[in-house]
Amino acid sequence: MRYTPHTASDKERLLQAIGVTRIEDLFGQIPQFLRERARIALPRGLSEVEVKRRMASLAAKNGTPESWGFFLGGGIYHHVIPSTVDAVISRSEFSTSYTPYQPEVSQGTLQAVFEFQTLMCELTAMEVSNAGLYDGASASAEAVLMARRVQKGRRRVLLSRALHPQYRSVIATYLKNLEDVELVEIPFTESGQMDLQFLTRELDERAICVVAGYPNFLGIIDDLGALHEACAGYGVFLITVTTEAFSLALLKPPGAWGVEIAVGEGQSLGIPMGLGGPAFGFLTCQKKFVRSIPGRLVGETVDHDGRRGFVLTLAAREQHIRREKATSNICTNQGLCTLAATVFMATLGKGGMRRLAEVNVGRAHETRERLVKEAGLGTTFSGPFFNEFVLGVEGLSQHLSRLAAKRIVPGISLAPWYPELQDSLLICVTEMNQREEIDQLVRTFSGQ
Amino acid sequence: MSERSQDSNGRKIAPRLIFETGSPGRSGFFWPEDPKTKSEWIPARFLRGEIEGFPEMGELEVMRHFTRLSHLNYSIEGQFYPLGSCTMKYNPKLNEVVARLPGLSLLHPLAPLPLIQGALELLSDLEGMLAEICGMDHISLQPAAGAQGEMTGLMMIRAYLTTKGNPRRKILVPDTAHGTNPASSTLCGYEVVQVPSNDRGIIEAKKVEEVMDEEVAALMITNPNTFGIFEMDIQAIAEAIHEKGGLIYLDGANLNALMGIAKPGDMGVDVLHMNLHKTFSTPHGGGGPGAGPVGVKKFLQDYLPVPRIIRGNEGYELREDLPNSVGRVRSFFGNFGILVRAYAYILALGSDGLEEASRMALLNANYIRSRLKGHFHVPHPETCMHECVFTDRLQQKQGVHTTDIAKRLLDYGFHPPTIYFPLVVSGAIMIEPTETESPETLDAFIDAMISIAHEAKENPSMVKSAPHTTPVGRLDETLAARKLILRWNPSKAGNDQGKAES
Amino acid sequence: MDYPEGLKYSKEHEWVLVENDVATIGISEFAQDELGDIVYVELPHVGEKISKDDPFGSVESVKAVSDIFAPISGSVIEVNDTLPDSPEIINEDPYGDGWLIKVQMTDKDELKELMSSDGYAEYIVQKKEESDEDEEQED
Repeated sequence: MRYTPHTASDKERLLQAIGVTRIEDLFGQIPQFLRERARIALPRGLSEVEVKRRMASLAAKNGTPESWGFFLGGGIYHHVIPSTVDAVISRSEFSTSYTPYQPEVSQGTLQAVFEFQTLMCELTAMEVSNAGLYDGASASAEAVLMARRVQKGRRRVLLSRALHPQYRSVIATYLKNLEDVELVEIPFTESGQMDLQFLTRELDERAICVVAGYPNFLGIIDDLGALHEACAGYGVFLITVTTEAFSLALLKPPGAWGVEIAVGEGQSLGIPMGLGGPAFGFLTCQKKFVRSIPGRLVGETVDHDGRRGFVLTLAAREQHIRREKATSNICTNQGLCTLAATVFMATLGKGGMRRLAEVNVGRAHETRERLVKEAGLGTTFSGPFFNEFVLGVEGLSQHLSRLAAKRIVPGISLAPWYPELQDSLLICVTEMNQREEIDQLVRTFSGQ
Repeated sequence: MSERSQDSNGRKIAPRLIFETGSPGRSGFFWPEDPKTKSEWIPARFLRGEIEGFPEMGELEVMRHFTRLSHLNYSIEGQFYPLGSCTMKYNPKLNEVVARLPGLSLLHPLAPLPLIQGALELLSDLEGMLAEICGMDHISLQPAAGAQGEMTGLMMIRAYLTTKGNPRRKILVPDTAHGTNPASSTLCGYEVVQVPSNDRGIIEAKKVEEVMDEEVAALMITNPNTFGIFEMDIQAIAEAIHEKGGLIYLDGANLNALMGIAKPGDMGVDVLHMNLHKTFSTPHGGGGPGAGPVGVKKFLQDYLPVPRIIRGNEGYELREDLPNSVGRVRSFFGNFGILVRAYAYILALGSDGLEEASRMALLNANYIRSRLKGHFHVPHPETCMHECVFTDRLQQKQGVHTTDIAKRLLDYGFHPPTIYFPLVVSGAIMIEPTETESPETLDAFIDAMISIAHEAKENPSMVKSAPHTTPVGRLDETLAARKLILRWNPSKAGNDQGKAES
Repeated sequence: MDYPEGLKYSKEHEWVLVENDVATIGISEFAQDELGDIVYVELPHVGEKISKDDPFGSVESVKAVSDIFAPISGSVIEVNDTLPDSPEIINEDPYGDGWLIKVQMTDKDELKELMSSDGYAEYIVQKKEESDEDEEQED
């Protein structure tokens, strides 16, 4: 394929206007030894048909929920996506525009981001939302860095062991090169919730923040009221991390518990699983911390005739102005993904969000009950959950191969991350899991 | 949504916010009754009521709202978009089609490896292609964006130097660098030392030697630099850095100028990142998502982020247990959907198409440069690579500044170039046409610029009050920053509606 | 541009008004003009120590942010608390209501290094010439 429109005579005309005879004459500044070695040893270009053929053959080597029963969550969820979402984000006015640095010709993007910020504030019950970050994991790391900027002089970061293991890794990566930050892990109890006694012993004025999953990686809903009360006594921030954003349509939101910063992964809100990306991270907080927020913000203003309009604002926090003193180096907000989420939430609306969240809760709880009663799987954690739960499975690997033969992936094995949870499966049930699939799952686990 | 979409002057009117439309009880979504649905499974104290401020719209209302919003945007497919250093090239439709194949878009990252072999093969293949194009030995596709790639690259440098005994304290950054370079350095615990460019816009080896010492971990260099000029001293600069144990980091933002023309790996570069949403044609999406893979020379491969994709006996495997790795920088495999698009682009163009793309990018930029240099001041005399920089020096005499020129271009139906960057030139206007624009489009843009240069002399006040035809006029950014309104607020809905309709 | 007499000026464009051991500090008209519309000011708290030539706060406009360097050393005894809500006062009245902080000075000798009104006006002219020359060289 070629996406360059130049004909031979076009090239000739342009070269003449420039005053050179060959394109090579424009390489004058490039040392000869570089020119000699520059050839790219890759195959020559293909036609559209050939590219599609190659991509289809790669796609055919993968397994999807279209042909498999998937009970997989763990940070990426298979949810319904209304047709409105792809219709809007496929519009080239959105997909092929740039960051809205010229507000007069970017009001479409800017207003949509303003709507996104409002939706995220409502969903989390927080006062301020930024325009989006890379993903839930880096949003968690950015939240910790932000808390550290606000809580000057403090140095301990207390991380729940039930926080997504990859998120914990990313936080550790981001903090590795900063002096004076110490990471402490807070274990979970038999309920799957954070060990409050352990936490209380570790809390003091040296702590920057406590980071808790909500729901956590084990699917369990923590008692944020108790956690926040424990933190508040020492002025420690409570940061919640939500990997299943859809749960916030039903669960008491972080803001209602008084948390200082609520972040998470937005993939559940209208973005296909896509092997885990791209989707977006969200970061919301109390208004008093607005100047420490990383990433872009859109604000409302007026033009010279008093018409309402929107602009990127508080840009002086950002890298293109403050350079080495910026709050973060980030210069994307995963714009098209946050637009997908905006269309998703607008389409489902108040009623649809609630309804679908209840369907998730219903199917997940019913499935868990049947797996315990009918298939005899062992219960592990007693805490409340949304659409994900952990069960003990004796002889897990035999079960997995029997299930695979019936094209079922029953969940995520936890042992690689939690050696103490051998033979345990993290099982997720969403509205996309049909009744026959659930029956099949229960029957196969029952040995039928 | 029976509101008008244009005012009496034909100016487009923004639709009301989604929170200001619809009607209680309305929804654009249908789901059949489900007998097992109940929330009582969860104790009531953990539950909320309905989400208070959420919209209640029908499906057509949703579509009309966002369609009308889209009409307020400029985009590559609507307008020429010559943003310097942003490489706003055409985003092929083919990429969009293949990225939506269910076998690529409906993959779960924690699915068993046999179910994602095709995806891992694609990633592994893409690593190889990018390594070949850049002349590097190994690639990690994990970083979610260029800025995260920078951070990852600097972390690798720090980890490597730490194992050699001293992570060092400083990073050298040219004064022409993108703002992310110093920001990323700080994030990795380094101090930034600025290296001045000379009057030809490039860094000289002797300036680097002056500031180079045993406490400098690396030099971050963009090549071609943000003036669109090739750093021709690069070899001597690399020698000066390497001699004292430092490394060379290349900001690959401008890789679109180099494909098949010069390989960063041959310039002494040890680590680089590239922006797939620039050089490899993935859409900018109004602010992402992009992807910022990093490439390294062999001696740094153990420091790449985990997981690494390895070809084993029974297919592709993931390796996480690499003790020297900097760790994870984001969840799962990076922005896979973007990587798929870049892969399709490279397959489609092939070695010959990639080289042609860079050559035409240079041709287009030099054509604009030649034709505009009599009308706008050019800070540097040489030919350029893929982008060219002008300033507002000649127009300032009439009180017309770069911002005014940029805003006036909107009235001609062109997106403005990048302005006031690089910072080292006052009033910079930085133009990158890319290879996908036809000579006719370039001519139309050049004519508009020349016409604005005349207007600046004859009717400066008209230029200074531009734009005159956009959906809104110049917006009050000072007000936005002083009186922060970052979300819609139900209490003032009445006022807002009045304004939106006026 | 107005540079009132009776004030002392630093090369970083701060002014100082001395009354006994107390110095009132602000930014000059030139500085506010260069920045444009100021949207935010970050200031130290009462009781904090500042030392000569180190940044003690920052002023932010829509497109730029600039550190404010201490022209003298001392401890902060008063902060202009109208600025957080109305930063535009600095643009409107940089030498009056737009003052930033009051400081109990620890070393009055430091004042000798500051410029008079005339000296500062000359310094500004010089600065402008230099930057013009730089630009000429670019051709």
